[in-house]
Amino acid sequence: MPNAIESVSGNGQVSTEVAEPRIVGFFCTWCTYLAADLAGTSRIKYAPNVRVIRVMCSGRIDPQFVLDAFAHGADGVLIGGCHPGDCHYQQGNYNCLRRARLLKRVLEQFGIEEERFRLEWISAAEGDRVRVVIDDMVEKLRKLGPLQLKRGPALVRGGSGEQVPQEVGV
Amino acid sequence: MPDAHNPDTPPRIGVYVCHCGTNIAATIDVPALAEYAAGLPDVVVAREYKYMCSDPGQELIRQDIREHNLTRIVVASCSPLMHEPTFRGALVRAGINAFFLQMVNIREHVSWVHTNKEEATAKAKDLVRAAVRRVRLHKPLEKRRVEIKPEVLVVGGGIAGIHAALTIANSGKHVYLVERQPTIGGHMALFDKTFPTLDCAACILTPKMTAVGSHPNITLWTYAEVAAVEGYVGNYKVKVRHKPRYIVEDLCIGCQECVEACVYKEGRWADEFNLGLSKRKPIYLPFPQAVPQKVLIDPEACIEFKSHKCKKTCVEACGERKAIDFKQEASTEEIDVGSIIVSTGFKTFAAHRNACYGYGVYPNVYTSLEVERLVNASGPTSGEIVLRDGTTPKMVGIIHCVGSRDHNTNRWCSKVCCMYSLKLAHLIRERTGAEVYNFYIDMRTPGKGYEEFYDRLLDEGVHFIRGRVAEVADWPIHPSEEGKLVIRAEDTLAGFVRRIPVDMVVLSVGLEPQSDARDVRRLFNISCSEEGWFLERHPKLAPVSTFTDGVFIAGACQGPKDIPDSVAQAGAAAAEAMALADAKYVELEPYTAHVIEDACSGCKTCLTICPYTAIAFVEETKKARVNEVLCKGCGTCAATCPSGSIEQNLFEDQEIFEEVEGLLAYA
Repeated sequence: MPNAIESVSGNGQVSTEVAEPRIVGFFCTWCTYLAADLAGTSRIKYAPNVRVIRVMCSGRIDPQFVLDAFAHGADGVLIGGCHPGDCHYQQGNYNCLRRARLLKRVLEQFGIEEERFRLEWISAAEGDRVRVVIDDMVEKLRKLGPLQLKRGPALVRGGSGEQVPQEVGV
Repeated sequence: MPDAHNPDTPPRIGVYVCHCGTNIAATIDVPALAEYAAGLPDVVVAREYKYMCSDPGQELIRQDIREHNLTRIVVASCSPLMHEPTFRGALVRAGINAFFLQMVNIREHVSWVHTNKEEATAKAKDLVRAAVRRVRLHKPLEKRRVEIKPEVLVVGGGIAGIHAALTIANSGKHVYLVERQPTIGGHMALFDKTFPTLDCAACILTPKMTAVGSHPNITLWTYAEVAAVEGYVGNYKVKVRHKPRYIVEDLCIGCQECVEACVYKEGRWADEFNLGLSKRKPIYLPFPQAVPQKVLIDPEACIEFKSHKCKKTCVEACGERKAIDFKQEASTEEIDVGSIIVSTGFKTFAAHRNACYGYGVYPNVYTSLEVERLVNASGPTSGEIVLRDGTTPKMVGIIHCVGSRDHNTNRWCSKVCCMYSLKLAHLIRERTGAEVYNFYIDMRTPGKGYEEFYDRLLDEGVHFIRGRVAEVADWPIHPSEEGKLVIRAEDTLAGFVRRIPVDMVVLSVGLEPQSDARDVRRLFNISCSEEGWFLERHPKLAPVSTFTDGVFIAGACQGPKDIPDSVAQAGAAAAEAMALADAKYVELEPYTAHVIEDACSGCKTCLTICPYTAIAFVEETKKARVNEVLCKGCGTCAATCPSGSIEQNLFEDQEIFEEVEGLLAYA
């Protein structure tokens, strides 16, 4: 994938290079992964920036996975789960929601913008919603530019947070 | 051969990239992808092939496993939900554990959704790289076997539920048929004739209803609803709630002497079965051929419930049988079944929602379902087609696609309306000699004998006007329109707007999901489309299965369909349920969680989060333990454990970390 593309605005002017965001998706097997499959069988076209990791349930998504993705260069993380009340495992998506809310606050402290972490409920029937969400997120992250993670080592799994103690925190 | 199960020996990975004809190869540079994969660490061999899932494709993998001593396999092809079982089988036949496989979805998630070949290939490379890193950590797993209970629950007693229940019961297995109305029969019981053969609906349905009622292998529960479903394929625990009908079913013999004896000499309340076109008493039999032949009491109407001062002539009439019980309460029963067939049917479009057609405003605007009752020999008028004032209509307009193919209401085609409109046109013309006008958008008559039926109607002199009706109104602008309803529509074939004065308007209402379809689907843990139709596992290859194993769907709850299609689907669902029961056991995916005891601090956080109470605290060791029989493998405990001491098989922390980092590792 090219790391940068040239974008041409409406009046024909070539703007400065825009880095293509790299997004890691965590999709639950029963709803959002299926929705992405449905988008495929329906030949719905969307931006190629999201790479999807399949988990059985959005409740399986450990906040560490998200941190790990950001630490390793992801510009955004997209979590997809079943709509509230529709979880294949009764309440995994609620657990996911709770963790995501907490995680958002942690990410904020690392200077990771809100738009970079997104939780969406997409049911198995909503193939087109996959397109809408992904295109929207890619568009926003293009504007935001690449993630500049200054305090990376503290985030890296196995990395030592103590090396940068002064910088971590509000 | 290196020990495939030994984590210390470096894995030997084979990567297989599928062209899927041109489905993948048209958008992804497959040779480049395979070449890229060949250069990844631990990859011994990488190949591409036209159709990996074909026999020669699988043989390629098997041969490589044997010749190159491969211990891990990555297949980049379609969605794992499509062919994971296929490739797992290939691994097993080559002698390695089925779970040493990782699939990469480069069709549904890449080639079918992207257009730029360069970008698509780059994405595919990232995904393959992640899979290669992840598969190295895969551990050998075994599927769990659980027994399947042979009993089947059928929910909904329309024609689909009836047919499914009878099919299964005839095979010798026990069926519980739960119907929320006081009788089975569903919509079909309302019809007089069925298209295109004009068979008498009652003549073909009621024998089946009676068979259900008397079948030794069927437990029929009417006026009952499923309240809760627990468990998993082969072992569902279902709670059924019996609504009180204030009649002891075992004691009632259906003689209806109580109905006769009721203090109300005439019916006063809208008869549900006749869609309010006739009146019934507080104690009633839903309709003459109801199954079971048991009366029920409407507590909203019965004096005894209101004032406790009724003479209770019904109790007197029942006499020794003592079947009437005013104190009856709702009760709940729990049953164990192996599989469930959901056949909860549809509802018709509420015609007043389309205000232009005057339903509910003009008394002589009827819905098609009401007309079904009017033409029915056992209906409120004994089959005589008369208007509300008792006169016979001389001009009748039938408006198609009311609540179908309409962006303001429902966008779908309800599939049955063209044909039932033709049937009603035929019956009305045959019985009254009226001029009948059909207003249609397109005539949709695909089906055996359907087009021929349309031809027959054309010969019978029924009028067809192609165009959507703008409005139905009673404002005359010509003396011939006095006292009539005027249908205004553009005749798109003739190219002008027409005004047709009629005595009776029939609105061919479309089919909609039941209003509580979303609650029902949650109950059974199945999905539904945005409109509310239940979602099949695969639209072509698994049309009656759902994403919940052991739960099948049949009939119009899945989408609009006519009687033959509903029956065919019910048969298919019954066959699926029987196949499951005959297999006697089912293999469950081994994605369960387990506790690493050395690391567990005994904090009990996981106990509260497990939705299946599958985790217990062992007092002796002060550690948590997962009961693998109860665990369904969601993995939420693994994400919750503060000390990281719970792992989910095939979704271990380390495996997912590798996948994340593999995705992001720049090549």
